Amino acid sequence: MKRVCLLAAIAMIAAAPAWAADNTITIGFTASRTGPLNVDSTGQERGYEFWRDEVNAKGGIKVGDQQYKVKFVSYDDQSVGGRVQQLYTRLINQDKAQFLFSPYSSGLTAPAAVISEQYGKIMIDSGGAEEKPFELGNKYLFMVITSASHYLSGAVEALKQKNPHARIAVVYSDDPFSKTVLTATKAQAKAAGLDIVMDESYAPTTTDFGPIVNKIISSNADAFLGGGHYSDGATLARQMHDQKADVKWMSILVAPGDDKFAELGAAALGVTVPSQWEPQVSYQPQFGPTAAEFAKGFQDKFHAKADYHAASGYTSGMILQHAIEQAGSIDPEKVTAALNATDVTTFFGHIKFATDPQHHGLQAAHEMVLAQWQSENGKLGRQVVWPTSAKSADLIYPLSAATH
Amino acid sequence: MPRLLRRPFFWIIALVIAVFALVPAIGNNVELRESLLLAALYITLASNLNVMLGYAGYVNFGSIVFFGLGGYICVWLVNSYAWPLGLSLVAAGIAVSALALIFGLGILRLRGAFFALATIGVVEAVQAFAQNFTPWGGAAGIYLSSAIFQPLGGPASALWWIYFLMVAVMGLSLYLSYAIKVSKFGLGLLAIGQNEDAAAILGVPTPLYKALAYSASAFLPAVAGGLYFFKGAFIQPSDAFDLTLSTEALVVAMLGGQGTVTGVALGAYLYEELRGYLLTSETFSNFQLVLSGVLLLIIVLFFPGGLMGFVYSRFPSTKKVLE
Amino acid sequence: MLGILASIIDGLLVGLVYGLAAMGLTLIWGVMDVINLTHGTMIVGGMFALYLMATALGLPAYIALPPVLIGAFFVGLLLYWIAVHRMVGRPPLMSLLSTFSVNLVLIGIGTGVWGTALFNVEVSVPGVSIGRYTFPGPHILAAVLAAVIAAVLYLFLHRSRLGKSIRAVANNREAAELVGIPTTRVLAFSVGLGVALAGVSGVLIGTLFPFTVLSGDAYQLKSFVVTVLGGFGNPVGALLGGVALGLLEGAVTPFVPVSWTLVIEFVLFVLVLIAFPGGVFASRRGAL
Repeated sequence: MKRVCLLAAIAMIAAAPAWAADNTITIGFTASRTGPLNVDSTGQERGYEFWRDEVNAKGGIKVGDQQYKVKFVSYDDQSVGGRVQQLYTRLINQDKAQFLFSPYSSGLTAPAAVISEQYGKIMIDSGGAEEKPFELGNKYLFMVITSASHYLSGAVEALKQKNPHARIAVVYSDDPFSKTVLTATKAQAKAAGLDIVMDESYAPTTTDFGPIVNKIISSNADAFLGGGHYSDGATLARQMHDQKADVKWMSILVAPGDDKFAELGAAALGVTVPSQWEPQVSYQPQFGPTAAEFAKGFQDKFHAKADYHAASGYTSGMILQHAIEQAGSIDPEKVTAALNATDVTTFFGHIKFATDPQHHGLQAAHEMVLAQWQSENGKLGRQVVWPTSAKSADLIYPLSAATH
Repeated sequence: MPRLLRRPFFWIIALVIAVFALVPAIGNNVELRESLLLAALYITLASNLNVMLGYAGYVNFGSIVFFGLGGYICVWLVNSYAWPLGLSLVAAGIAVSALALIFGLGILRLRGAFFALATIGVVEAVQAFAQNFTPWGGAAGIYLSSAIFQPLGGPASALWWIYFLMVAVMGLSLYLSYAIKVSKFGLGLLAIGQNEDAAAILGVPTPLYKALAYSASAFLPAVAGGLYFFKGAFIQPSDAFDLTLSTEALVVAMLGGQGTVTGVALGAYLYEELRGYLLTSETFSNFQLVLSGVLLLIIVLFFPGGLMGFVYSRFPSTKKVLE
Repeated sequence: MLGILASIIDGLLVGLVYGLAAMGLTLIWGVMDVINLTHGTMIVGGMFALYLMATALGLPAYIALPPVLIGAFFVGLLLYWIAVHRMVGRPPLMSLLSTFSVNLVLIGIGTGVWGTALFNVEVSVPGVSIGRYTFPGPHILAAVLAAVIAAVLYLFLHRSRLGKSIRAVANNREAAELVGIPTTRVLAFSVGLGVALAGVSGVLIGTLFPFTVLSGDAYQLKSFVVTVLGGFGNPVGALLGGVALGLLEGAVTPFVPVSWTLVIEFVLFVLVLIAFPGGVFASRRGAL
């Protein structure tokens, strides 16, 4: 009963127009601090925090001639979709978040976006690459990363160059993100004249890929495209190696993009991964840090190497800040207009949003790079190998050549 | 029916429904509404579970199947065939009850722990099926465009409509479980729960009653599922068939006192509040599971009658009023 | 074709390990009608023990087996006294819930300490190659060890005095009490043994696949399926059930899109339960 009375009292106070206490901007989001998505989500959350700390150190975001400090309110979504909606509703209604960042992964971003649209709040998406939420007529959702259907287009191009008669095994996790990526990839491969000799999906909870690897061997494939998120990708790589699948090309989603992948040792060599960003890229930013400055600052602060999740998280903050400063206001409609007009280059890449109603908010300019695990003086590391204009090392083909 | 009206418990339920419906509405308190929506959902799921668990003694780990399937059917009808919400909800409820009847006839032949395991198998099989079934979007699920809220007056007003419907479903669940308990049907179920073979010998038509109970306990959770996923405008297999929710409904029923209407409802409400608090509290979110586990263990070891069991033993007079 | 045969053999190997994993579950079930829902987490415990010993202490992986066997045994005794002792004789539902709650606590602590990061143990055992297909060394070794442990368990239950006491208690607890068997101690021992088996299978599985704190769920489900196939309370049946499951997975995968394997597994599970309520290889109740 007491709780009801207290809440009723709060309700009456909240009926008064919202006020920003002491010039702060509240940004809300959930992160997967527990659950299977934890490893990748951590990078993204750190990216957000790094941006916030840098902005606040400089006095805050400039709105007109005032400065607003940034405050975060965040919760652990435990990698569960159902929680996400409850938590974002709470962030908006109870914590009075004025802007929102996305959770990590397409599966969680889609339900979160429903809530942000229901309440008309801007959400910057750096963790969900699937396009579907953008085809539903949303107005306040903006994606800074390359969308799913473009993830492996670079890999297909690179593969075609090395082997125009490649026989590809497409094996991917049955989740919204991976499915979208590989469906688009299959079409791109076919259009490039490559052969698809195996095409299957597996349950995301699969732990034993032995039977699948045998099937890949039976199909006589010499190239592999697929994977899902961290656990399955890492296991696939390991088992392909253990069972000597001997393919000449492997592109796996997400997993090889994490430094933990190095733990696989020899099984990691030669594996390529589509990446939203690598520390070696050479974009010339119009504002904000350069890639090298970002990587160093991140390393100093967190004693960990920056990956693309961190970079995309930081970019979310930067782009939102840029839009607020351009709009000179924190009014959602004005900031939305500023976001729609955004067309800038940052350390993360070129950022521009689609504005037609069928794809509103989809990222239109940013591009993926392809990174490959190579050995240099006995140490394993990722090198950017595609596009050739951005590369930091040559692409090694076939895979087995990398293990020398 | 008139006899029911004279019982005080009938009016207690009515009061609860009124409180749920009016308190958030008066202050236009959206945050309270969201929290009560979840509480209403838990109460619905737990009360319906109670029909099989508390009365007939059958542990259904898979009660989530009704919720998830109801959600899928409703969302699919709205999305692919543009059916209005009300019709889709009713259709979902009927379809799932019918399926439950068919399923039930098969697995209700099993007793005790075997039945429980079979229900787990059913959940996993249905989830795996939904992941592969393309008309339902497979693993990606189904997305509803924001246009679906237009017939209800736009998103803000639609969320209120959905809330009131959920409260109605909760109310119906409470009444249903109460009405069954005081009816001849309910007596038969309780007899089955005590000793199934003896009940059969004494003339209780056990297979029929069990199947009816199973089917009846599927209808309202299916409707609740339809409402919940319509509200979220998004459904995917891992959310729709999350075994955790099933287990939570079970925990709630045990916590409150299985076989009692009040206990289950109270247990659901308290559990949801506790969970909500633990979820967002900085200190406790890591310990949420540990706390739930310890709590449950204490109840199971020392207070198997649950909360209501405790209340009844201390205050025997309440037994006459609260069911 | 060779590919299908390779799949089937691989299934057989992995299946033996599944069978070992299920043995702990079915033993406890058979002896005292208790469904141990901490089973999956105990398997994970074995995996983490392996990780700590192999990575932190740098020991060869299989050395972890004896310490885990003993350590898990004591954990099992603890589990008995906390959650099972008061539940013996009550409906299985109660022990289901008490072990479930202990499981929640364990998972809560586990995720608190290790998060949900993936852990991997490198094991280098040479494999066997037939044609283009390789059977990884760890798979073969794990299967062999599983079979050996199962054989030892069988001998223990049928030849040793303690083993016979266990079977007596499983058959009829009151009668066993009457003839002077210290039933409480036997029950505690059985839980200890069941958990020890889970822990040991965890070590073996840890040498095959990467794992997280939450991996236990999947293996627990598989253990249930195996238990149903093999008969409740029947350890040998569990091994056979495990093999059957492994063969099923291996045989089905070449023909059917891999994602349908789970559906088939669980539909089969429910159908078998309905057709053979005690499990396919069910012996008479309690005849361990």
